[in-house]
Amino acid sequence: MSNTKETLVNPIFENNPIALQILGICSALAVTSSLSVTMVMCLSVIVVTGFSNFFVSLIRNYIPSNIRIIAQMVIIASLVIVVDQVLKAVAYEISKQLSVFVGLIITNCIVMGRAEAFAMKNPPIPSFIDGVGNGLGYSIVLIVVAFFRELFGAGKLFGMDVLPLATEGGWYIPNGLMLLPPSAFFLIGFFIWALRAWKTAQVEEEEFKITANTSPVQEGA
Amino acid sequence: MANDTVQKTVMVALALCVVCSLVVSTAAVSLKPAQEANKVLDRKRNILAAAGMLEEGGDVEELFSQVTTKVVDLRTGKFSDDIDSENYDQKKAAKEPLRSDELESADDVAKIGRREHYSLVYVIETNGQLDKVILPVRGYGLWSTLYGFLALESDLNTVSGLGFYEHAETPGLGGEVDNPSWKGQWPGKKVYKDGDAAIALIKGKVNPNSANASYQIDGLAGATLTSVGITNLMKFWLGKMGFQPFLNNLQAGEA
Repeated sequence: MSNTKETLVNPIFENNPIALQILGICSALAVTSSLSVTMVMCLSVIVVTGFSNFFVSLIRNYIPSNIRIIAQMVIIASLVIVVDQVLKAVAYEISKQLSVFVGLIITNCIVMGRAEAFAMKNPPIPSFIDGVGNGLGYSIVLIVVAFFRELFGAGKLFGMDVLPLATEGGWYIPNGLMLLPPSAFFLIGFFIWALRAWKTAQVEEEEFKITANTSPVQEGA
Repeated sequence: MANDTVQKTVMVALALCVVCSLVVSTAAVSLKPAQEANKVLDRKRNILAAAGMLEEGGDVEELFSQVTTKVVDLRTGKFSDDIDSENYDQKKAAKEPLRSDELESADDVAKIGRREHYSLVYVIETNGQLDKVILPVRGYGLWSTLYGFLALESDLNTVSGLGFYEHAETPGLGGEVDNPSWKGQWPGKKVYKDGDAAIALIKGKVNPNSANASYQIDGLAGATLTSVGITNLMKFWLGKMGFQPFLNNLQAGEA
């Protein structure tokens, strides 16, 4: 039982797909300018990672190893299309804002990475839980990034005014950079920094160390 | 490994494809009606928003019942019964050679390439009197074609509202076309000066004492090309190649 819990919770902080495995950065940049859109994106990714792991694991003993990547892609792609169709039918406004990024879950490295690394070797239920866990790990980073981007970029949270904007009679001058995708790079960087300061085991060993100068560089040397 | 024989590989691949395509097509077909309804509803909401008639929490269908959809032949500037407004896909028609004309580059200020033969317009009448007319407009900005609706008052010269429902301009810069306070400047502005479309976005803020203030809108800070694009699309759609002949006919009661 504790094993199940670990499979679910580990990817959130201990083995976060974005912060430690550095996977799935692309969509983390694109869909984090507002919280409500981000939430829907996270939910979609959790559904896709969970079920793709489940189905891949279900047929893992039948997949010929020479077409295993394509077989995984077919399953992932089908799930993503279904999610996209459901969003268009149920949450049209948000699906318009997510536009191509729902479709791009197919190329999200986390989904495929977990299918290949975990689901191909484990039974369906643990695979499903691993998928959901990794989806959650992805979500937590996105939600943190979206929180800061929406708050400082637009002065809002979930579309509600929090910091009154100067253009609308308030005092806050929004930081336009926050609304542009590159700002997510900085925020993810800060997130990784904070995480590694807390869980020092995640700090990577330095590959080499620059030795201190033993003697000052001589002129003309 | 028995899994790796050619036979098994082909069989697994086939079976997987059949199952997956079944799932995908079932989802697509069964959800289609809901998606279409959403699309129509979204369009209606945008039309109402441009006309300033969208109320918070109001029922879109009920509000939209005041609006009549009509078809205008852009070549003659008159209403037309040639096509059915219900099933007309204007965006698609604008791309088909049989249903649109290529524009000369001198005419094509909005950089849209082709102009469809027929356009939908939305008319709001109260007690048989024309109240508002809402025109679909589009034009190229910086990254994308902006699609929107321009609503005019019954004098066909005063803006009642403007809204873009589809674009991919830079968030925070060109994307500010969606900013309610920027859009709030449009109502009350005049579009024609001496018979020419004069409404334009200017650099910086409009000086309210200027003689042309009623034809000017604040430019979007940091988005010169989007601002120019909007000025151009106004010029095109309110000009001779756009809706000007139709608006003149409507004014004269000959549409």
